[in-house]
Amino acid sequence: MPSSARTPEFRVDDPASVGGIVIRGLTKSFQEKTVLRDLDFIIRRGETVVVIGRSGEGKSVLLKHIVRLLEPDAGEVWVDGTGISKLNRRELFALRQRFGMLFQGAALFDSMTIGENVGLGLKEHSGMSAAEVRDRASECLGLVGLAGAEDKTPSELSGGMKKRAGLARAIAMSPDYILYDEPTTGLDPITADAINDLILKLQAELQVTSIVVTHDMASAFKVGDRIAMLNEGRIIHADTVENIKSTDHPAVRQFIEGSAQGPLGVF
Amino acid sequence: MWTLHPGPYIFVRTMKTIFRDIGRIVTEGFGAAGRGALLLTNIIRQLPSLWRLRRETMEQMHIVAVGSLPLILTTSVFVGAVTAVQAVYQMQAYVPMSFLGTVVSKSVFIELGPVLCALIVGGRLCANYAAELGTMKVTEQLDALEMLAIDPTGYLGVPRFTATVLMIPVATIFADFIAVYAAYFISVATLDVTSSTFATGVLTYFEMPDLMSGLSKSFVFGGIIALSGIFHGFNTRGGAEGVGNATMMAVVSSCVSVLIADYLLATLLFS
Repeated sequence: MPSSARTPEFRVDDPASVGGIVIRGLTKSFQEKTVLRDLDFIIRRGETVVVIGRSGEGKSVLLKHIVRLLEPDAGEVWVDGTGISKLNRRELFALRQRFGMLFQGAALFDSMTIGENVGLGLKEHSGMSAAEVRDRASECLGLVGLAGAEDKTPSELSGGMKKRAGLARAIAMSPDYILYDEPTTGLDPITADAINDLILKLQAELQVTSIVVTHDMASAFKVGDRIAMLNEGRIIHADTVENIKSTDHPAVRQFIEGSAQGPLGVF
Repeated sequence: MWTLHPGPYIFVRTMKTIFRDIGRIVTEGFGAAGRGALLLTNIIRQLPSLWRLRRETMEQMHIVAVGSLPLILTTSVFVGAVTAVQAVYQMQAYVPMSFLGTVVSKSVFIELGPVLCALIVGGRLCANYAAELGTMKVTEQLDALEMLAIDPTGYLGVPRFTATVLMIPVATIFADFIAVYAAYFISVATLDVTSSTFATGVLTYFEMPDLMSGLSKSFVFGGIIALSGIFHGFNTRGGAEGVGNATMMAVVSSCVSVLIADYLLATLLFS
């Protein structure tokens, strides 16, 4: 397994001239544990990249670095030619308005209704009237199949409905990028497939660039244009869905087959 | 056969561990103080956004004042009652009962009202803020705010800080008068003190600076309470255990800080 080898095919020499998201030499440790190790990767505009990997490998950590919810120990992230580590708070907030993020547990605000959750970003930044914000929130909720749920509270929704409401909030400000953190985890297979369909529908209708973090291979195969595997802090392999399905890369093969035998240690 | 006695080595190792732990605690303490100062600076810097957050601030003011009323009422009644009973016990052989109202009112206005209000209402608020914000932290709601380009310090911290700083003095005024009335009622009903004796004692020696010094302390206490709850909430780590720890630390640090600030303010105001 090429765990210690660099992955030069993902290295971009001049990130300022490249569209999409460029990650260069990203390293992050928590206390003694190094989660990301000199990670290089590129996500091109308009594609849907699925990042797979075992639990605890740092997939969510990688996602949070892309929008600087976490600060790296070393390395940098570039979005459409802009190095985000150099941005001040105001510039960073302006950049984040181009991103939507679906969190693992949906992260809906308990103290607000679903309509207020979806409309909060618009209320704060768009200059829309309260009625316009409400209309846009209803439109987004309609897109995710939650029409009429505006006045419900998060505690009244099921897990799948919360994810859809979180997705409605993520798309409310018409982002260029959508980040999905484990969108199908914890859902029954039918609801999970409905979420996958929703991701595809949004991809087709909104033409966004998407990064999906998951260890659900059915979801990865369905929604991804490209699949990248994260292992021991690096992207060890990335390819199109068709090529990944037939890859002979031993670690990727083991992961997609869900086998305990192979180069990836079980514990 | 020569053998080295392990005693000195164990002693050295133990001392090393003790000094390392002390060093870590001191370092973490300074780190927390620095982060607390940064949080306070950040909150003050964002106070101009208060008008935009007036609805959230009013909600918090309601939680601070109206939500605390039953607690203030109950504790103030008993604080006033016990102050009267203790004062009568200590005064009966040496001091005329005409001073009972004076002793009770000055104790309550200067010290007991502001401090007990800060400790009891502050404990409630601190626990509320730390648990609420801590839960938001561990469930990624703070990250979700950041992703909506909303600063959690401004959106969540400023309304709570402002509401607490403004409403703790109001709660203190309420607590002061409830306590004095309770002391009056207990003195007249059970301690053989006449109504006019108690009232004369209160009114003859009432001085506005006493009340104002208590209120100025409660402004500072309000800031300490809010900052402690918000700080520990924002810095919560882990899951349910982390929220529990943050809540406990918020209440403990608030209570200790209030008592230290009380001493410093007493020195400043009365020396």
